[in-house]
Amino acid sequence: MRAKRFIPLVAFAVLAGLLFRGLSIDPTELPAARLGQPFPEFAQLELKSGRQISVASLAKRPALVNVWATWCYSCRVEHPYLLALAEQGVPIYGLNYKDEPVKAREWLAQLGDPYQLNVVDEEGSVGLDLGVYGAPETYVLNAAGHIAHRHVGVLDEAVFQRDFSRWFPAAASVAAVGSEAEQ
Amino acid sequence: MKIALKALISATICGQLWLASFALAVIETYVFSSPDLELRYHQLSQELRCPKCQNQNIADSNAPIARDLRVVLHEQLEQGATDDEILAFMVARYGEFVRYRPGVDRNTVLLWAAPGLLLMLGAAGLLSHFRQRPSARSTDVTEAEQAEITRLLGEPRD
Repeated sequence: MRAKRFIPLVAFAVLAGLLFRGLSIDPTELPAARLGQPFPEFAQLELKSGRQISVASLAKRPALVNVWATWCYSCRVEHPYLLALAEQGVPIYGLNYKDEPVKAREWLAQLGDPYQLNVVDEEGSVGLDLGVYGAPETYVLNAAGHIAHRHVGVLDEAVFQRDFSRWFPAAASVAAVGSEAEQ
Repeated sequence: MKIALKALISATICGQLWLASFALAVIETYVFSSPDLELRYHQLSQELRCPKCQNQNIADSNAPIARDLRVVLHEQLEQGATDDEILAFMVARYGEFVRYRPGVDRNTVLLWAAPGLLLMLGAAGLLSHFRQRPSARSTDVTEAEQAEITRLLGEPRD
């Protein structure tokens, strides 16, 4: 009968443990539904050249797909880092998400252009097929053209080293040296 | 009279609150080719979760992504897609997360089973509680006690 007294205590301990674990879970971090799948088909215009591009325009080698827009403040924050990555040889494709092409071209002219090409997605339809729910988002395409990783939010050195560098071993070491040189 | 008035007032308040709950939904105009499609639109838009704002369905959310999903939902309904096809389309892009009633899989099986398990746990608890305590609640009295009870109850009050 004595053991029975401890039932509430045990129940409390279990519940407290679960709730404590819950504190360290980030509810905004959603699993990307498209992981492991090929980049969705699209037929859109390229931002600068105005030519028709499709998924075949993306080269079959590890690359980043960066979802950005001129209305997105965080995109401005991460822009210099994208320029640094491009300089180190990381191929970056842009998805200009629900933006005005005129403004987007101005932005690239003013701030520099880290992108190999930019998919114009004024309606957000490519973004929808990709499962984008805001900007910035950055995806990794592996050599097979499949989506290997998604990052929601600003891409910076810490995030790149932690989650992205394994697809870009050459750039990773250069990036590390680059950031040391800056300090 | 007073009671009737009170009831009338509370009924009015309840009615207004009920109406206000509809006002929460985003106001947009979609034209549906049939009332049936409109009904399904309302059902599905309340069952689909906004990926950006997380604790709102796409009917209530003002987020741009929720608006996009409503547009897609309307399009697909008009094109004759079934509910299952629409849900599959959404899940393919945003994962099971996008459904407020996710399908049963490895991640959600506990979620689906929990109410049943908790109910059984509660039932088992109640059962053992009442089985262990019949003697404590015994109303057996000795003959002497019964006589005393009768005497006390039988005493005239004055």
